[in-house]
Amino acid sequence: MGVIAWTWLIVVASFVLYFGIALYTRARSAVDYYVADRSVNPVLNGMATGTDWMSAASFMSMAGLMAVMGRDGSAYLMGWTGGYVLLAVLLAPYLRKYGKYTVPQFVGDRYYSTAARVVALLCAIAISFVYVVGQMRGVGIVLARFLGTGIANGVLVAAVVVFLYGVLGGMKGITYTQVAQYVVLIAGYLVPAIFVSLLLTGSPVPPLGMGGTLTPEGAALLGAKPGQELLEVLNRISVDLGFPAFTSGWKPRLDVVAITVALMVGTAGLPHIIIRFFTVPKIRDARSSAGWALVFIAVLYTTAPAVAVFARATSVATVHGRPAAEPPGWLAAWRGTGLVSYQDRDGDGRLSMSADPARNEVVVDPDVLVLANPEIARLPAWVVALVVAGALGAALSTAAGLLLVIAAGVSHDLLKSVLYPRMTDRAELWAARLAAVSASALAAWFALRPSGRVAEVVAHAFGLAASSFFPVILAGIFWKRATKEGAIAGMTAGMLFTGGYIGWFRVLHPEHGPAHWLLGISPEGIGAVGMLVAFSVLVAVSLVTVAPPRDVQDLVASLRYPREAQPTGTGGTGRRVFR
Amino acid sequence: MTPDQQAAYWKQNLAYIAVLLSIWAAVSYGAAILLADALDRYRLFGFPLGFWFATQGSILTFVALVFVYVKLMNDLDRKYGVYER
Repeated sequence: MGVIAWTWLIVVASFVLYFGIALYTRARSAVDYYVADRSVNPVLNGMATGTDWMSAASFMSMAGLMAVMGRDGSAYLMGWTGGYVLLAVLLAPYLRKYGKYTVPQFVGDRYYSTAARVVALLCAIAISFVYVVGQMRGVGIVLARFLGTGIANGVLVAAVVVFLYGVLGGMKGITYTQVAQYVVLIAGYLVPAIFVSLLLTGSPVPPLGMGGTLTPEGAALLGAKPGQELLEVLNRISVDLGFPAFTSGWKPRLDVVAITVALMVGTAGLPHIIIRFFTVPKIRDARSSAGWALVFIAVLYTTAPAVAVFARATSVATVHGRPAAEPPGWLAAWRGTGLVSYQDRDGDGRLSMSADPARNEVVVDPDVLVLANPEIARLPAWVVALVVAGALGAALSTAAGLLLVIAAGVSHDLLKSVLYPRMTDRAELWAARLAAVSASALAAWFALRPSGRVAEVVAHAFGLAASSFFPVILAGIFWKRATKEGAIAGMTAGMLFTGGYIGWFRVLHPEHGPAHWLLGISPEGIGAVGMLVAFSVLVAVSLVTVAPPRDVQDLVASLRYPREAQPTGTGGTGRRVFR
Repeated sequence: MTPDQQAAYWKQNLAYIAVLLSIWAAVSYGAAILLADALDRYRLFGFPLGFWFATQGSILTFVALVFVYVKLMNDLDRKYGVYER
C-alpha cells in the first residue's frame, strides 16, 4: 500500500474512533446522568486539556520553526509549557472557586459591568478567530499534500472540513473522545520520532537521542563518522551552509525573552483553556489538573526539539549537493503544494542550500518539516499516515472548538444576552450558524495570506490574550481596588496596541523588518509589551476612579480561601454576586 | 477560619507563589535564555548545558513546580482544616 492509501485508512479509522466514542459515551451518559457522580479523574481531565491545548501549532509547526531558529525556537517550547505554572499558581484555583462558566462572565461579575463583559467577549472572539486562522492554514497544508493540490485549494477544502466538523461537533468536550485523540496525536508524534532516533543514534528515547552519538546508518545518512555527537554534526552542517551553530542563539535576547513572556502569559489568559479549570470537582483539583495537563503536554514538548534536530539534519543532508535531476522523493512530493521549491539556478547540476538567499536553491516552508520528516527518513508508509492522522486530529479538534466559541459568543452572549434579549431560540440558532460560516470563510481568506508560519499566527493569538485577559483576570483576583473603568480601559488599550502592532508589521507592511521594530521586539513577542501597557492603564485608571462596591470587594476576598473557609461574622460575603 | 487565620493562610500562599515563580523565572529566563551562552561551556547528557535547559530542563522544572505547589497547598489546607473532600 502506498502513502496515500495508508493515509486515508488511518485518518478515516481515527475519526470513526472519535465519533464512535462520542456516540457511545453520550448514550451512556443519558442513562447515568442523574445517578453517577460526573466528576472526571484529574489525570484524564489533564489528558483532555492537553488535547484541547495542542493544535496544529504544537504538532506540525513548532518543531519546524525550531529547526530554522535553533536554540531561540525554545521560546515556543518554554512559552507554551511555562504558562501552566502561572495558571496553576495564579489563576486556576481562584477561578474554580468563583465557579462560573466563561471568562467574559467572570469579567462581567468581578467588574460589575455589562460593558466590561462585552469588551471581554469581543476580545475572546478576536483571539479565537486569530487562533482559527492558524489551524485553518495547518489543515490546508496537510490536505494540500495528501489531496495532491496547491495550498490555496487545500485551505479552501480545510474551511469546509472545519465548518462541518464544528457544526457536527458532537465530540467537543467529551472527555473520553479527547483521551482517544490524545493517544492518536501523541502516537503520531512519538512513533516517527522514535524511528528516526533509533536510526540516527540508536536511542529509543528521542530527547536522549538528540544528545546521543551517531550509529553507522545515521552517520551514512548525514555524511558524518559513526560515534560523532549528533548536535556537533548538526552544528557543523549549519555553519558549513553559512548559518550560526544550531545550539547557539542568534536572535536579540530581549526578543527571545519577549516571545517567551507573551506566550507564557497568553497561555494563562486563553479563554478556552481557563474554562477547563471551571469544571473540575474541587478547587484543589484545579491545581492538580493543571499539573497533569502539563505532564501530557510535556511528552510532546520535550520530543519536539529532538524532532527539530532530526528534521534539520536529515532534510539538509538528503538535499544539499544532490543531483538536481533526481531530487529526493519528499522534495518532489511537496513541490506540488507550492510550499517547497527548488531550482538548479547556477546550472552545476546539483541542489545547493545556503544561508545566502542569492546562492540558495532550495526553499522549504518550515511548516512542512514535521509532516515530511518520516518521508525524509524513508520510514514506512503507515508511519507517514500516522503523522497525518495526528496532525488532522490536533488541528481539527482545536479549530472546531474555537469555531463554537465564536458562534456561541456572537449568537448567545452578544446578541441574545446583551443586544436583543427577546430574540427567539430559532433566530439565535441561525445567528450561530451564520457566525460560524462567516468566521470559517474569513479565516480561510486570512489563512491564504497568513501573518506568519502556523505557530507564529497562533503566537499572535497568544499575544492578544496576554494583552487583554491576563491583566484583568490577575488584577481581578489579587487587587480589590481594580475598577470597571480600569478593566475596560486596560483591555482596550492592550488589545489595540498589540493588535495594531501585529497588523502593521505582519499584514500591512511585512516588508518592514527587525530594523523597524520597537526595541527589536518581533510581532510574536509584542504581547509582552502589550501586557505591560494593559497593566499600566488598568492601574492608573483604577486609582483615579471610584473604588468597587463593597460586595465586589468581598467577592474578591472570598476567592482566596477554600470553600470551607467562608468569612465568618462579617456580614456581606459576596454571596449575592457569587450565586 | 478567623480573620487572623485567613490572613495567615493567604500570606503563606503568597510566600509559596513568590518562591515558586522565582525558580520558574530563574530557570526559563535565566538559565535557558540570558545565561545560556555562559552555561553552554558545561555539558550534560551530551548537551551544551544552556541548550539543555532551553529544550528539556525548563519544561521538566515547570512540571515539578506545579506538583510541588499542589503538595504545599494541600498540606496548608490540612493545617487550617479546610481540605476539600
